[in-house]
Formats: sequence, structure tokens, C-alpha cells
Amino acid sequence: MSESINIAAQSASFFTGFKLNDLWYLAGAAGHTLMIAALAISIGTVFGVFFGWVLSVSRWAGAATLGLVLDMFRSVPLIIQLILFFNFFPIIGLPLNPFAAGTIVLVFYTAALVASVARGGIESVPVTTRKAARSLGLTYWQELFYITFPIGCRSALPAWTGVALGVLKDSALVSVLGYVELLRASQILITRTQQPFIILAIAGAFYFALSFPIARITERLERRWQS
Amino acid sequence: MIEINNVSKSFGSLEVLKGIDLKVEKGEVLSVIGASGSGKSTLLYCINALEPIQGGEIRVDGIDVHGAKTDVNKLRRHIGMVFQQWNSFPHMTTLENVALAPRIVLGKTKAEAREIAARQLDHVGLGDKLDTYPTNMSGGQQQRLAIARALAMEPDYMLFDEVTSALDPELVGEVLDTLKMLSEEGMTMILVTHEIPFARDVSDRVAFFRQGVIEEIGPPSQVIGDPTSEHTKQFLSNVR
Repeated sequence: MSESINIAAQSASFFTGFKLNDLWYLAGAAGHTLMIAALAISIGTVFGVFFGWVLSVSRWAGAATLGLVLDMFRSVPLIIQLILFFNFFPIIGLPLNPFAAGTIVLVFYTAALVASVARGGIESVPVTTRKAARSLGLTYWQELFYITFPIGCRSALPAWTGVALGVLKDSALVSVLGYVELLRASQILITRTQQPFIILAIAGAFYFALSFPIARITERLERRWQS
Repeated sequence: MIEINNVSKSFGSLEVLKGIDLKVEKGEVLSVIGASGSGKSTLLYCINALEPIQGGEIRVDGIDVHGAKTDVNKLRRHIGMVFQQWNSFPHMTTLENVALAPRIVLGKTKAEAREIAARQLDHVGLGDKLDTYPTNMSGGQQQRLAIARALAMEPDYMLFDEVTSALDPELVGEVLDTLKMLSEEGMTMILVTHEIPFARDVSDRVAFFRQGVIEEIGPPSQVIGDPTSEHTKQFLSNVR
């Protein structure tokens, strides 16, 4: 927090135009966005697939307990979750830095979204296909890893891509905790340069550059799996 | 030998099998015929422990299929099953479909498993389709793939659950030819089927199921050719 106040104080003393150095500053911030989003998406997906499996196995018990918690994460606005979580830990005497708090909230948010996607994928695999695999002598786990997950993965991929792109963009909300990621860095520069148009355009271009590979890679995977 | 002693099976309050007694010897081909919902397919699922039973017992080579201590995964290696829906694994090539179980269940090396798979696919006439994905094959080809996949485990018994019912009429012949080839090779088979002339042709015995009980069982010439039960007569005249 003090760092950004400093910068704000400096920028109040002199407005200077956008410089090449600022581009590196934004690139560094884009790196922070990439880091927090990559952590949230990868760890959140692992948890989400596990939760999705639990939901698919125990429909009633799962929906009543885990499903309820996941619904809360899915339906409470992310910005509220971030602020509540970030301010909860100092109260119990365990202050968390903005990066850690933001990452933890985003991981659970991603997991909650991925859980329903993963459950849908698992349930898209016909029961008879699973039985056919078991009839060959595969154990429950062998069937899950060799048959259900790969087949379910294919049908869940488009929805998962949507979640991943959404989380990448939603990671901008971590800026409310003071973590200097792409959006926060843009705001800081705008304050100093008073050139919102060019800076937001560059920030937008960075978000696009981060999202585009995800969209393209998954699109290519989809096409390869369809053939 | 498959021994079925007084087996009963319910789905909720619906009693599907009501005390079935049946013995199938090694090398025998038994066809099971009867109307939909008579419990024929359910019996196959129970023999493979894919469905639990509520009463009686099923023994395969003396092993109690539904016994608490029975390792069903091990047992299923000896019992191949082919389903009405061919259930190909769509994310694998034909060869990989067949090689999977030998590799991960029997612990064969990749090369051995592929060799087994290629041999079995050739056996059912798919030797030229090894690298094809199942979605690019006809239903008849996919059903033969399912047969090769089950045979790759070198089972002692094969269970066929209405394997031609979901096929277009012009594709039924190729699958029946494959079944006939297996019966001539001496495979022990239980065939649940609606193909009455075929059942008459390949079976050693035919069982007619009605409302969860075996109404009539005997050689095909008797059960199909000269049935004693009124219900069997009526069923056969309906399907002809």
C-alpha cells in the first residue's frame, strides 16, 4: 500500500507523458497478472476436478455440503470475496499479503467454477462405456484415469476455456487489495501521465496477448480431438 | 463352468430375476431369448458382477462372483462382455482400444499389448483399421472392435448382450458371422439375442426367459422348433 501511495505522491508533484520505460513497467505488471492467473487456474483446476468428481459420485450428500459451499463461491461477487478474505486474516492475527490473499480467493473461485464444469464432463461419459471398461477388468481408478477423465475432458474443454479466460480477466479485481497487477499498474500510470486512452489500450493489448494463447491452444486441441 | 443357483435381482421394488437356475458348461453356446424386460440382459450383468444380486449365488469356475472376498477385477479378466451399444473408447485408435486392457490390467509391455491387439483385430476382420478412430467406423465395425477388445483378455467365457440390436440391418450379418466364427472355435458363450434363426443355428441350448423366470430351456430344435410352453409359442410367432 505504501509503495503506491509513494508513487501517487510523486505523480502529484509532476505529470510526465508516457515513456518507453512505462511499457516495461506495464509488462512487468502483466507478468504479475499472468502469475496470479496461472496459479489460480492451475491449482483451481486441480481442486475443481476433484470437487467435480466428488459431486458426480455422491449426488445428494455432495450437493448438500460441498455443492452449497461451491455455490457460495460462485454466486458472491469476487470483489466482495477478496475484500472479506483479505480483511479477515488480520482480525485473527494472521495478516496475509495482497498476493497471497488474492491467489487463495481466486483459487477457490476457479475451483468452484471448474467443479461444475468437471462434473458435467464426468457425467457426459455414458455409464455403459464405463461398464464396458470395467468388464475388461479395469479397476475403478484405472477406468477413471484412462476412460472417464480423457473422454470427459473433451466435452468439458470449451466450458473450461471460458472459465480460464474469465479468471484471467477477473484477476484484475485483485488490484483492490493493492497488488500491482496489470490494471493497478495502468491506474498508477494514468494518474501520473493523464493519458488514460493510450495506457488502457496497451493494458487491453496485454490482456489480449495473455488470453489469446489459451484460446488458440484449446481451440487446436478441440479440433485435434474431433478428428 | 458358470453355475447360477436360485438368483434373484431387483431394481427397487421391481423384481427382474425371480430365482434363476442355470448351468453353462465349458465350450457350450447358450442363447437367451425373450421379450424386452424379461431379465435376460440383467442376468449377464450379474454374471459379470456389474450388477449386485439380492438372492442366490453365481459361481464362475467355482468362484462366488458376488462373494465379499472375491476380487471382481480379477474375475472379469476371465469373462468378456460385449454390449448392445458398442461403447468404443472414442479418444483411442482401434489398436489402442484393444491394447489398453492387456497393458494396464495384465501388465503386458506396450509392444506385447499392441501385438495382441493387432492379432485380435485381424481375427475379427479389422486388420486394416488399426490406426482408425472408432468414430470413423460403422456400427458393425465398432461392434467387431468391441468383440476384439474383449477377446484380447483371452477370456474363458464371452457374454453378448443383444450385440446386433442397435445396428442397421445391413450391418447385422458381419457381426453374426464373427459370433459364429467364435462358436466354431469352441468359445463358451452366452448370447442374449433377438436373432431367432441365428440362435437356432449356433446354439447348443436355448433358454426362453419370461418375466424373470426361465420358461423353457433345451436344444434349439426343441425350444425354437417345437416349444412346449404356450408363452414360448406366442413369443416366437410374434417375432417371426
